[in-house]
Amino acid sequence: MTQNDAFISIQNVNKYFGKFHAINDVSIDIKHGEFFSLLGSSGCGKTTLLRMLAGFENPTSGEIYIDGQPMSGVPPHHRPVNMVFQSYAIFPHLNVRDNIAYGLRKQKLPRAQRDALVDEMLDLIKLPDYGDHKANQLSGGQRQRIALARSLILRPKVLLLDEPLGALDKQLREQMQLELRALQKTVGITFVFVTHDQEEALTLSDRMAVMSNGRDLQVDTPTRLYESPINREVASFIGTMNFFDGRVKALTNGGAEIEAVGLGNLCTSNIPPNLKPGQSVCVAIRPEKLSLSRDAQSGFNQVKGRLDNAAYLGERSHYYVSIEGVSKPVAVSVQNRQRANGNGENQCPVWLSWEDNAFVVLGNG
Amino acid sequence: MSITNGPMPDDATGLRKTSRLGALLQRSEAARGFTLLSPTLFIMAVGILVPIGILVVMSFWTQVGFGFDTTATTANYQMAAERPIYGALLRRSLWMSGMATMATVILSYPMAYFVAFHVHRNKMMWIVLITLPFWTSYLLRVFAWKVVLGYHGVINSALMNLGLIEAPLEFLLYSQSAVVITLAHAWAAFAILPMYVSLEKIDKSLLEAATDLGDGPIARFLRITLPLSLPGVISASLLIFIPTTGDYITPTLLGGPDGAMIGNLIQKQFGAINNWPMGAALSIILMLSIGAIAVSFMLIANFVRKRIS
Amino acid sequence: MSRHSYIKRPNRPLQFYAALFLVVLYLPVLFLPLFSFNTSIYVKFPLTGFTFQWYVELMDREPVWAALMNSLRVGITTSIISTGFGVFAAKAITRYRLPGKGPLIGFIMLPLVVPGIIFGVALLVLISRLGIQLSLVTVTVGHVIVCLPFAIATMIPRFEGFDPSVEEASADLGENAWWTFWRVTFPMVFPGILASLLLTFTVSFDEFIMAFFLSGTDPTLPMYIWSQLRFPKEFPSILALASIILVVSFALVFLGQWLNRDTQATDLNSE
Repeated sequence: MTQNDAFISIQNVNKYFGKFHAINDVSIDIKHGEFFSLLGSSGCGKTTLLRMLAGFENPTSGEIYIDGQPMSGVPPHHRPVNMVFQSYAIFPHLNVRDNIAYGLRKQKLPRAQRDALVDEMLDLIKLPDYGDHKANQLSGGQRQRIALARSLILRPKVLLLDEPLGALDKQLREQMQLELRALQKTVGITFVFVTHDQEEALTLSDRMAVMSNGRDLQVDTPTRLYESPINREVASFIGTMNFFDGRVKALTNGGAEIEAVGLGNLCTSNIPPNLKPGQSVCVAIRPEKLSLSRDAQSGFNQVKGRLDNAAYLGERSHYYVSIEGVSKPVAVSVQNRQRANGNGENQCPVWLSWEDNAFVVLGNG
Repeated sequence: MSITNGPMPDDATGLRKTSRLGALLQRSEAARGFTLLSPTLFIMAVGILVPIGILVVMSFWTQVGFGFDTTATTANYQMAAERPIYGALLRRSLWMSGMATMATVILSYPMAYFVAFHVHRNKMMWIVLITLPFWTSYLLRVFAWKVVLGYHGVINSALMNLGLIEAPLEFLLYSQSAVVITLAHAWAAFAILPMYVSLEKIDKSLLEAATDLGDGPIARFLRITLPLSLPGVISASLLIFIPTTGDYITPTLLGGPDGAMIGNLIQKQFGAINNWPMGAALSIILMLSIGAIAVSFMLIANFVRKRIS
Repeated sequence: MSRHSYIKRPNRPLQFYAALFLVVLYLPVLFLPLFSFNTSIYVKFPLTGFTFQWYVELMDREPVWAALMNSLRVGITTSIISTGFGVFAAKAITRYRLPGKGPLIGFIMLPLVVPGIIFGVALLVLISRLGIQLSLVTVTVGHVIVCLPFAIATMIPRFEGFDPSVEEASADLGENAWWTFWRVTFPMVFPGILASLLLTFTVSFDEFIMAFFLSGTDPTLPMYIWSQLRFPKEFPSILALASIILVVSFALVFLGQWLNRDTQATDLNSE
């Protein structure tokens, strides 16, 4: 195996449950020390993939390497990975201390040393006085921390987290996100994190994979996934996106000139490889990259439309503008501190404008 | 933070070599499952499949003195078809356990309904109380009915003491009704469980919706509760009908000549009459009849259920 | 103001019916202890007087003690074997995706419904063809077949009642299947194991029809009772013996059900 810097290497993995194709030819490389997220809606295969890393499911075909070692045939208890379960799976018959020390049995440490390690973990998760509590006396957040401590005490090479924040309420979840990110930096262990919450994945990850129907659609940094999604599926999965049909007019130096339906000509350097002049493409733009004004502005790429609808969301407002030749109203997001002139009236004429490179040209798929 | 330089060697959680068998078990979930199931499957195969296989083979043999003629022949089945006593006993057994099944289900349904809908605290206590007798000695429960129904038994002597009757009522013991009553009583505890479970599963908001849409209590019961609990009624019926048809203890203790069932005849073949092949053939006939009736009952029930919904 | 919702408001006739149902369910069995304390040798009203005589007489009977010991040996062996097999079977059924699982469970549960006489004679035929002597061992084999479905049905809800990821967590934290069983699974299903031991012991202790076909010269307690039923003068002491067995059985089963109480509703119907 010649792996450049991949610490976990998932290679052409397929998984069938009966006739159901749960994982469809997935290949992902994860670097050492990375906070890596698997993002997708429920049933997309992200949890199955995580469970294959842990050893609870076996690939039907393909191979998984962790730290250079092939994992097929290696049972969960011999893998250098530990997992934080979605339900936390705290042992209900043991107290907090015994839960955390569970995996230390085989190391046959002297009692004092083992207790010291557990105390250290209790401090780390900020529950120093909870050692003698029973599992059923704990809140969701506390259980989540104990599940973390129980895994981290074994200093795994990889920590797998299966939607560990899903069961927490919004405020606690945001706090735990920060703590989790800080913890990962402290311990320096590779984290593989499964979630269906795109905001959570964008906040936490160094890199992430967007999955759908058992396939990995795109593996990239949060910024690049958001700014330059490779296809329409990824683009519409993360955030809101406006799509337009278009045609490549000409290729310029590192970019392209596109003629888009309803928008006219636009220039962007966000283009997929192998673009050819004359090719039909889909161009997309985020609502916050469009500006809205009542009058035409000079020197901008702009198009005239009609205000359809407005939604007030507190810090920002969403406006929906219909443009001639485009079937779906275009969403525009405006920070409300810019909203000096009050609400626009429905059906009043408005101008949409954008900067160069604000549009993304999507590949087919 | 000293997590990264604790006392543990780096390869402590590293890989071990697993044996070939271990690797197979790790890869195949089904292999692991069947390994765990294998002692049970083994004893069930040895204790059920093999014996019944031999029973089938033996039913084609014939008894010669104290030994067997092992040439295959359908003589036993022919005799069972020709001699009216066999068919009569089989029909009577099916009829009697059918009656017992109907009585049990009809009498137990309200009880299951009561526990499912009207017991709010200590539900589990009620279930335990109802099912408790089922777990205890069947022989002694039947024996108790003999004490109750006997010629000088509880009912007769009580009625005579009260001066209501002059002489003991003879029809109480050694009759088909004695057997049917005892069977129904003995299996009631078993019948309640599946009916209770299917009643308990009914979403209470369905009943409220039916009321909201204008159904009175009776219409609501007939249109919602009964159809939804039908699976429980069906399994309860089968759970009683199948074992009671072949019952031996009750007809022997309480049936007398009029209340004898096919089980008595089978036992006699293996005992006093000493014609094992005939007994084997009768057992097979009994199994096939029960199976045929159970399957047609399920088909009819399914058909009715589809018509209702 | 009613405490109950419209659907759940109390229903007097139904309450009365339920009470009557329970009384009728237990009444016949209660006559056994009642007459076992009666001085008369005949089981009939009016009662003639109170006595412990029949119980005392029972204590002096050698065959009763022998039969009791036989039943204990068979019962204890049966409960241990069927519970031991049952734990693994219940785990396999609840935790693994197995091809043909449905029919397999149906097959394993067959002894719950198929008339005992069929299995009795079938096993008798097998054992005699193999030339094996009928003994307490053959009775035990028969009882294990009868008791295994009960053991499995008792423990399946136990396994279903706890989160399977707890066992996965143990494997994930480095324990193999053996240690995971002892450190996690066993403590979690322990009440179910106790309940299964008690229930299968009682079923075996009280079982008649398998013992009837499969026992040799050593009778079990139910076999002994059966053999005495035809002697009218033995009736009162049989009543005494039956009363003891019933009280012990009820106590054991009640204890077993109580231990396993949080899984009651799905009991026996889990498949």
